[in-house]
Amino acid sequence: MAKGNAAPARTRGGAKPTPAPEFVQLLTPEGERVDHPTYSVDFTDAEYRDLYRDLVIVRRLDAEATALQRQGELGLWASLLGQEAAQVGSGRALQPQDMVFPTYREHGVLYCRGIDPIMPLGLFRGVDQGAWDPNEFKFNMYTIVIGAQTLHATGYAMGVAKDGKVGGPDGEAVIAYFGDGATSQGDVNEAFVWSSVFNAPIVFFCQNNQYAISEPLERQTRVPLFQRAAGFGFPGVRVDGNDVLAVYAVTRDALDNARQGQGPTLIEAYTYRMGAHTTSDDPTRYRIASEVEAWQAKDPIKRVRAFLEKQKLADDAFFDQVDEEARAQCIHLRERVLSMPNPAPLTLFDHVYADGSPLLDAEREQFATYLASFEGSEH
Amino acid sequence: MTENLTLGKALNAGLRRALECDDKVLIMGEDVGKLGGVFRITDGLQKDFGEERVIDTPLAESGIIGTAVGLAIRGYRPVCEIQFDGFVYPAYDQIVSQVAKMHYRSRGKVKMPIVIRIPFGGGIGAVEHHSESPEAYFAHTAGLKVVSCASPADAYWMIQQAIASDDPIVFLEPKRRYWEKGEVDTDRPAASFPLHAARVVRPGTDCTVVAYGPMVRTALDAATAVEGERSLEVIDLRSLSPLDLEPVYESVRRTGRLVVVHEAPSNLGLGAEVAARVTERCFYSLEAPVLRVTGFDTPYPAARVEDEYLPDLDRVLDGVDRTFGW
Repeated sequence: MAKGNAAPARTRGGAKPTPAPEFVQLLTPEGERVDHPTYSVDFTDAEYRDLYRDLVIVRRLDAEATALQRQGELGLWASLLGQEAAQVGSGRALQPQDMVFPTYREHGVLYCRGIDPIMPLGLFRGVDQGAWDPNEFKFNMYTIVIGAQTLHATGYAMGVAKDGKVGGPDGEAVIAYFGDGATSQGDVNEAFVWSSVFNAPIVFFCQNNQYAISEPLERQTRVPLFQRAAGFGFPGVRVDGNDVLAVYAVTRDALDNARQGQGPTLIEAYTYRMGAHTTSDDPTRYRIASEVEAWQAKDPIKRVRAFLEKQKLADDAFFDQVDEEARAQCIHLRERVLSMPNPAPLTLFDHVYADGSPLLDAEREQFATYLASFEGSEH
Repeated sequence: MTENLTLGKALNAGLRRALECDDKVLIMGEDVGKLGGVFRITDGLQKDFGEERVIDTPLAESGIIGTAVGLAIRGYRPVCEIQFDGFVYPAYDQIVSQVAKMHYRSRGKVKMPIVIRIPFGGGIGAVEHHSESPEAYFAHTAGLKVVSCASPADAYWMIQQAIASDDPIVFLEPKRRYWEKGEVDTDRPAASFPLHAARVVRPGTDCTVVAYGPMVRTALDAATAVEGERSLEVIDLRSLSPLDLEPVYESVRRTGRLVVVHEAPSNLGLGAEVAARVTERCFYSLEAPVLRVTGFDTPYPAARVEDEYLPDLDRVLDGVDRTFGW
């Protein structure tokens, strides 16, 4: 260590003796309910079963999309495998009036918003680039550039405040999703500054899945991510991201604070990306099998099933029925992906501008003439 | 009503009118509130419209544009001030990857009525990063529109038209012309001259000179200087994206000669695009190649040599002379 460097010792060379982090947990990996002094949930038996159903369906739809990519039907897929609880827990904590700014991996949140899971697949198939109205679904289009959406969310939240829609139980809150890698981006840090000084009604939901493609968390930070919030002047909390109950409780609390006018919160959902970054990635090049196995023991779905079984809240017929429902949704999804038409060539000129451009119109016309010059052309 | 205003005051009056006409219009940027902006373009607006509408932002340009995107999704019409041309680059990603593409990727479902005001160009003796001409970066990006005003009357009307547009517009203000005065008819309906249209600002017969922003004044001065010897037709492009070149084609077909003038470096600049298009459309009318009179392909130099870097009256006339050498 350099002279005068008082920084705490860091681990090197891949050895990670990191102790289990402290976080909010309400359901252990073994399916035991535990209490927390601040956070709690009060679900009915049916609601517990609904959460299980969401988790299973979200995972199965994700697996279906991965399969579709492997079969050449999608160009790419960003799997959420392992992060189901972080997404279902936070997604179910949203009120209908709340607005979501996702990355490109929040398929589970999208599902919990009641949105047809087919919606983002056009982007991954390559037939569009999103193409939905964020205000219609209260769910922004996926954002690929890392962290850029946190500023959009902050601006939107400033607009919510300008519209006078904060300060009561019916207030609107905004949630911005991002990952551990994004916390190094300038935009994310600017979003923290902005939301803090303007007291914007926003929740920053960081899914710390331990990797930014190949780079481990240690490459992004020397302090636990949730602690960064303190430096920006708002609360930060770490939650067991594989515990759907704790994620729900923590997110609901943060959203309520935002809608009541108490400003931003940073949530670090501590989880693990069980699969690859995307289907174009090979995680065996940068992480070891034992690490993955250790996280398999903390699976977000197994613990809910264990809880339901121990508490006798569900029987085999229920679990079978959920599996069947998931299977049916996957078949339905697959059929519709396969029948997605390719866009007509000239549509690539559409919507570049709201008010049009004569130069672009001329370019389109020229290209249309060119296409029409081919024998048998339908254009 | 006609008023004699500086270009800076005309912008201020235009912004004020936009704030009055539409309560979704916001002004945001560094020092735009109490100070009224470092060039005082937003002077008095926060006092009259409040801190909710004229927002002093934290000092981070990506944040200014990124939050404007969110505000636009929410239904607002943000007018963002970037303090100086050389400070726009931290916001470049948000402008190019987000602002420019949101309407396209949403298939028209999300509009981005954002105006990005940038005082641009040199000639004020400033330190580095305060005198640049970044227009080509933005004009090259589909989804953005780029305009530049050159007179107080255009400043007053164009800023209002830009704010009313549902497309994102990079609005380049010729900062060294902020203090030049001109007549502004504040009653003229905004639609009477379109935002994205070039304009012949001085008719002539011998050679066409195309300019925009701060160089329009220079081109006009050059035309006056050779009055009686050569008749120069000066065209103010006004819109850099989309370009409106019909008046240029029409002019070149009469004069047969074209000189394009801008402060930005020549390499891959607006002049190159104008030259290519004019060559394609007016090939048989040209008596000489299209020539460019521009800043050099260097970084913007230190202030004590900027007069050498910037095209001036003599360099414009030298360019005109050279077209007659063919």
